[in-house]
Amino acid sequence: MNIIELHSLKKHFTSQKAVDDISFHIRQGSIFGLLGPNGAGKTTLLRMITGIFFPDSGHIQFNGRAFHPQDDIINIGYMPEERGLYKKMKIGEQVIYLARLKGMNKADAIEAAKKWFVKLEMESWWNKKVEDLSKGMSQKLQFVTTVMHNPKLIILDEPFSGLDPVNANMIKEEIFNLSKSGATIIFSTHRMEQVEEICNQIVLVNKGKKVLDGEVNQIKQDFKENIYKLGAVTLAEQLMTPLFEVVKHQPDNLLLKLQPNVTTNELLQYFIQQKVSIQSFNEVLPSLNDIFIKLVEEDHSATRKFQA
Amino acid sequence: MNKISLIISREYLSRVRKKSFLITTLVVPLVIIVFYAAIIAISMQGSTEKQHIAVLDEANLFNGKIDSSNKTLAFTFIHHETEKTFINKYEAEGYDGFLYIPGDSTSLNSGKFSLHSTASASMTTMSDIEDIINKTMRNKQLLANGIDPAAFDKMAENASLENTVDTKEGSKKNFAGLAYGVSFACGMLIYMMMIIYGTQVMRGVTEEKTNRIAEVMISSVKPFQLMMGKIIGIGAVGLTQFIIWMMLMFLMQMAIPLVFPDLMQQLNDTAMQNNEGMSMAATAMQGLSSLPLMKIMLLFLFYFLGGYLTYASIFAAVGSVVSEDQQEAQQLIFPILMPIILGFVMMTKAINDPNSSMAVFGSIFPLTSPIVMMGRITYDVPVWQLLLSMSLLVFCFIFFTWVTGKIYRTGILMYGKKPSWKEMIKWAVRKG
Repeated sequence: MNIIELHSLKKHFTSQKAVDDISFHIRQGSIFGLLGPNGAGKTTLLRMITGIFFPDSGHIQFNGRAFHPQDDIINIGYMPEERGLYKKMKIGEQVIYLARLKGMNKADAIEAAKKWFVKLEMESWWNKKVEDLSKGMSQKLQFVTTVMHNPKLIILDEPFSGLDPVNANMIKEEIFNLSKSGATIIFSTHRMEQVEEICNQIVLVNKGKKVLDGEVNQIKQDFKENIYKLGAVTLAEQLMTPLFEVVKHQPDNLLLKLQPNVTTNELLQYFIQQKVSIQSFNEVLPSLNDIFIKLVEEDHSATRKFQA
Repeated sequence: MNKISLIISREYLSRVRKKSFLITTLVVPLVIIVFYAAIIAISMQGSTEKQHIAVLDEANLFNGKIDSSNKTLAFTFIHHETEKTFINKYEAEGYDGFLYIPGDSTSLNSGKFSLHSTASASMTTMSDIEDIINKTMRNKQLLANGIDPAAFDKMAENASLENTVDTKEGSKKNFAGLAYGVSFACGMLIYMMMIIYGTQVMRGVTEEKTNRIAEVMISSVKPFQLMMGKIIGIGAVGLTQFIIWMMLMFLMQMAIPLVFPDLMQQLNDTAMQNNEGMSMAATAMQGLSSLPLMKIMLLFLFYFLGGYLTYASIFAAVGSVVSEDQQEAQQLIFPILMPIILGFVMMTKAINDPNSSMAVFGSIFPLTSPIVMMGRITYDVPVWQLLLSMSLLVFCFIFFTWVTGKIYRTGILMYGKKPSWKEMIKWAVRKG
């Protein structure tokens, strides 16, 4: 079942087409990566999903029904890229205020807040003010305010920026936990290694259009280029063969691109005949980073030109 | 609890709990009161200590006794001395000063007398002594012409003009001075509250925008709810402050006689001494009760709320389009302040001439009516004008909130350059 479906969404501003006919589905319980270079239209897309903007055309299905922002908003938690909290307000009060605006009652909000504060080691912050916190600390607080009301859909825009590795791991664990307990997570970033590690489904947008959509593993298969890594000491003259092209030759390993129609067994047979002692052999799938750069560059320029 | 009331209570509590609120609410009136008390205390200083005055009456003007009810002055007659001999002795004999009345008739008729004193005499001492001499001399002359001074006092200068306003509902006395004061105070209060709390709304909105909390909030509530919550919350702070001030004033009135019984005594004494003071106080009391106080209060509240709500929504829209730069805000505020200031100027004119065409126009035109109408409320405003003015104000408030809500909705999520007036108008008229 899909938690959210976007059908040909369009949002045009006076100077640019921020979102130009984008459709995709997000499975319930998945961790979904929304990728794209700066200015691709990610934030506009997220603002439509959170009901901040109305699309110019197209429609959104939420939880099997037409998206109705005023009612569905309580099932969404949104952490925007530009973090924001009331600086002068006490942290405990603030967390409860934001949770109540999401429809929780006071007692539930207090209970949930206490639970999260213990979990993320923030108990001592309750009576402090946001202005006393460091950037990383307020990031953690922002995360808590986003997920506290148990939303079905959690939207995190660059959730790890400004966090040290310990806290980043802590948040990452919580994201996995939330996903396991049934929440769907939309994760917007341009840090590809995190996407690879966390997401199981991604969409890549560029210049307001969808460029790529699918399961992370499937995409890697789709974009693979028959590149293999052989862990063995090889001599230069042994590499003169029509079976493959050398990508990179190092003393104890070799990166090669297999010619089409050549099987891996044929390749291994060749090396065995050459009396090469093989330590390891495996396929190298392209990283999302490579795919991202390749697709975006194919689209001519990574950043959108301003149409004044 | 519904979202808008949550927002209202946060906006309200976060301001009321601040130290600065407590300070402005309690300290400001206290400073004013202390200031007035200081003025009163200083002006009465001269008469607080008893002054012993020696009188060297060579002309025998006083006939050996001074009839004075003044408690701060004590007179003793000196004989067998001259001005020159006594001038070196009066201090040693325990007098604070001595009054010399020369014996020759020329200097007596010129009315010039001298008061010698150890320290320079206070204004009150001087004028008290002057009064005593004047009165004595006048009585002497009256008697010389065969007129009884007591009878003369009764007939002197008792004319005072009383204005009765005749309307269909009957005749009513008009207390112009008091009406003037009440009108001016109400208009001034509305003027100040509109500017002070309007700019607070603006600053609050700008703060939310630059803190980037706006986007988090807008993903939970509608922009309109956020805007109205802030406007109503801050308006409630204004009302709270106003009510506290009213109560303080009331308490102060009760407390002053308890804390400073002497002060009241003295005030009463001076009032007793000259009938004018007494009758002025009486007139004020009578005038106050003749004013339709309940009606004034209700109209004040209505126009305060209507004016505040209308302008606050404009201030909120301005706050939503500017970013960190306060300079930008200043430029945008100016055109908003214009009608408020204009209203204030019109109000001062309207008090003097409440039925002039300008006053009537100003009190009906919704951008100036909250202030200008205050200038007219103590007079009889025709019912149709009142109704027209009130309904225009309500309409204006609804219209402005609708328009500014749209500007606010777009502005609060826009960063970077300040939009032009043209762009803002475009946001405002765009449908949806």
